[in-house]
Amino acid sequence: MSESTTAATTGPAGTAGESGAGSATGRGRRARVRVRPPRRAAARTVAAVAAAGLLLLALPFYLDRFWLQAGLLAMAAAIGAIGLNLLTGATGQLSLGHSFFLAVGAYGYCVLAGDRDGELTGLGLPGWLAVTGAVAMAGAAGGLFSPIAGRLRGAYLGIATLALVFIGQHVLLNAHDLTGGYNGRPVPPLSLFGITFDDTETVVAAVPFQSMEKLWYAGLALLTVCAFFAHGVLRDRPGRALNAIRDHRIAAGVMGVPVARQRAGVFVLSSMYAGLAGVLLALVFQQTVPEYFGIVLALEYLAMIVIGGLGSVSGAVTGAVFVTLLPQILTRYSEALPLVSAPGTGGVAPGEMSRYLYGAAIVAIVLFLPGGLVRLAARRGHTQKDEA
Amino acid sequence: MTTFVELLLSGLSIGSVYALIALGFVIIFKATEVVNFAHASLLLAGGYLTAVLRDDIGFWAALLVGVAGAAAVGALVEFLVIRRYRGHDHSVLAIVTIGVDIVLVTELTRQIGARVMPMGDPWGDRVLTFGSVSIPQTRVAAFVTAALIIGAFLLAFRFTSWGVAMRAVAEHPETAALMGIRLGRVSSSAWAVAGALATVAALFLTVFPTPGLERGTSLVALKAFPAAILGGLDSTTGALVGGLVIGVTQSMAAGYQSDLAFLGRGIGDLAPYLVMLLVLLVRPAGLFGTRELSRV
Repeated sequence: MSESTTAATTGPAGTAGESGAGSATGRGRRARVRVRPPRRAAARTVAAVAAAGLLLLALPFYLDRFWLQAGLLAMAAAIGAIGLNLLTGATGQLSLGHSFFLAVGAYGYCVLAGDRDGELTGLGLPGWLAVTGAVAMAGAAGGLFSPIAGRLRGAYLGIATLALVFIGQHVLLNAHDLTGGYNGRPVPPLSLFGITFDDTETVVAAVPFQSMEKLWYAGLALLTVCAFFAHGVLRDRPGRALNAIRDHRIAAGVMGVPVARQRAGVFVLSSMYAGLAGVLLALVFQQTVPEYFGIVLALEYLAMIVIGGLGSVSGAVTGAVFVTLLPQILTRYSEALPLVSAPGTGGVAPGEMSRYLYGAAIVAIVLFLPGGLVRLAARRGHTQKDEA
Repeated sequence: MTTFVELLLSGLSIGSVYALIALGFVIIFKATEVVNFAHASLLLAGGYLTAVLRDDIGFWAALLVGVAGAAAVGALVEFLVIRRYRGHDHSVLAIVTIGVDIVLVTELTRQIGARVMPMGDPWGDRVLTFGSVSIPQTRVAAFVTAALIIGAFLLAFRFTSWGVAMRAVAEHPETAALMGIRLGRVSSSAWAVAGALATVAALFLTVFPTPGLERGTSLVALKAFPAAILGGLDSTTGALVGGLVIGVTQSMAAGYQSDLAFLGRGIGDLAPYLVMLLVLLVRPAGLFGTRELSRV
């Protein structure tokens, strides 16, 4: 992946890996190591990405509903984690309230796209408008929080955002006409360009396409767009500004970075990513329930970006896949695995086992592998290149 | 009026329990600059040990083991995790404590399962009555115990050599180390003290009128975070004031819930966070926290 090279060259001071592009001369020996990979390696990366893309496109023809759903959850989590990584990883703003913005997106979509049903409010807007509206609502929620977020740093900010999760839970449980209360509300299927992403079967190449197969492509498209956008943000001027704020807020301000505006901006952007992730999650689950959007979910997102790697898009995606698929894999193969038993039998349930594993992974990665799993991959890539 | 006095007293009592938790939180922050998100799991560990052992060895011995056990868990976390971190970014360490918390809470809630474990305390469900005001004995015991412990702690913080070492490290770790203070010892003792305080808090969070220790107890402990934050993370006075403010707010909001019905059910659980946000809007470093100054 071309990602890994950026991750590897992003030094602790946050200088993006542009040094090879022309200014390498004045930087001494360290800079010389950072030149762009030779053309052969670049071609290899492109080939690898293309192969991975083709594989992902072909998967719905081969996988069953369980794995497609797991994959979709991973994609949604990846979008949300990219947003959190922009905020926490790249800018250093600790947020424990990501699940609140996911909830705003998920419920916003339901309210905008759903039809009025009994006491449930619904506006019945067309799908694309509802998705855009839900993302905008999540962004607006982030913007509304910025008077508080703008004043606080570090742990103060973390615990203030924790308050958002509790406020969110309170609203979700009490605003019955919007959220359906404890039992949540059904999610209206998305219709885009004449395709409805519901369980009506369409047969494509002798494979019956249901909601998961169709959503798979929508999720893939959304994730690709989100990843490229965030990659662009991080690689260029805004990314350097964000990293500068993380590494030294005052120095960043002195050098002309509009600190307050950038912080508010990245908060809104991160909330919008969370909103979109929330919409996708809602579409996959087909029912939104308040319990899901609690503090555990917010901690899972932090786990994703730490495990994958702070501050990069590939890190967020890697971590999201790891944290989301781990419980699914453990559930699916619980009989074959030692130490894991079916839920309710008194042993370690798959959900608990995966929590042990990613809790321990957070600790282990911060202590022994700063930079996360992507740094591991990048390091291996480098040694291979050196040998070649 | 009677209701008001009852709610105020019970709020002060719960508040003093929150103050115990928040104090531990602040001590750890002062000694190691780590925001300890694993605090709820220390509390759960101490409470669980007490509840499990009380049938076999009696309540007081069980409580003692619980306090010692949670202190040991705290010191162990410090020794195995916090001390191994080589970086300088303290918010990354905060995320590490979240990882520790996930592992510990998962294990403890698995052990507790669906049980509600009574603490077996000597106060039971007896109620004290002064005129028309009645208050459970457990609440009185909580307030008295918390006041004694906090008083003893503040005296120790002021006058013992341990307290002086602690304050010196909080002021400037490097200078303190050059003066011969062993940083490792100070920080592990901070974690141990925090664990011990959390266990006492766990006891009073789970006695009458609460039925006992259950999986959700760690969530109750989360309310001590706003207490520590609104008082100011680096101020012991702040922890006490914050705890009392949060306790009284919660008790009032829950007691007058019927008058606050337009805010929805369960506003008592939310009130601490709302108060915290309001305070932070006006004073971003909390009520007593030192505002961070930077040299450029």
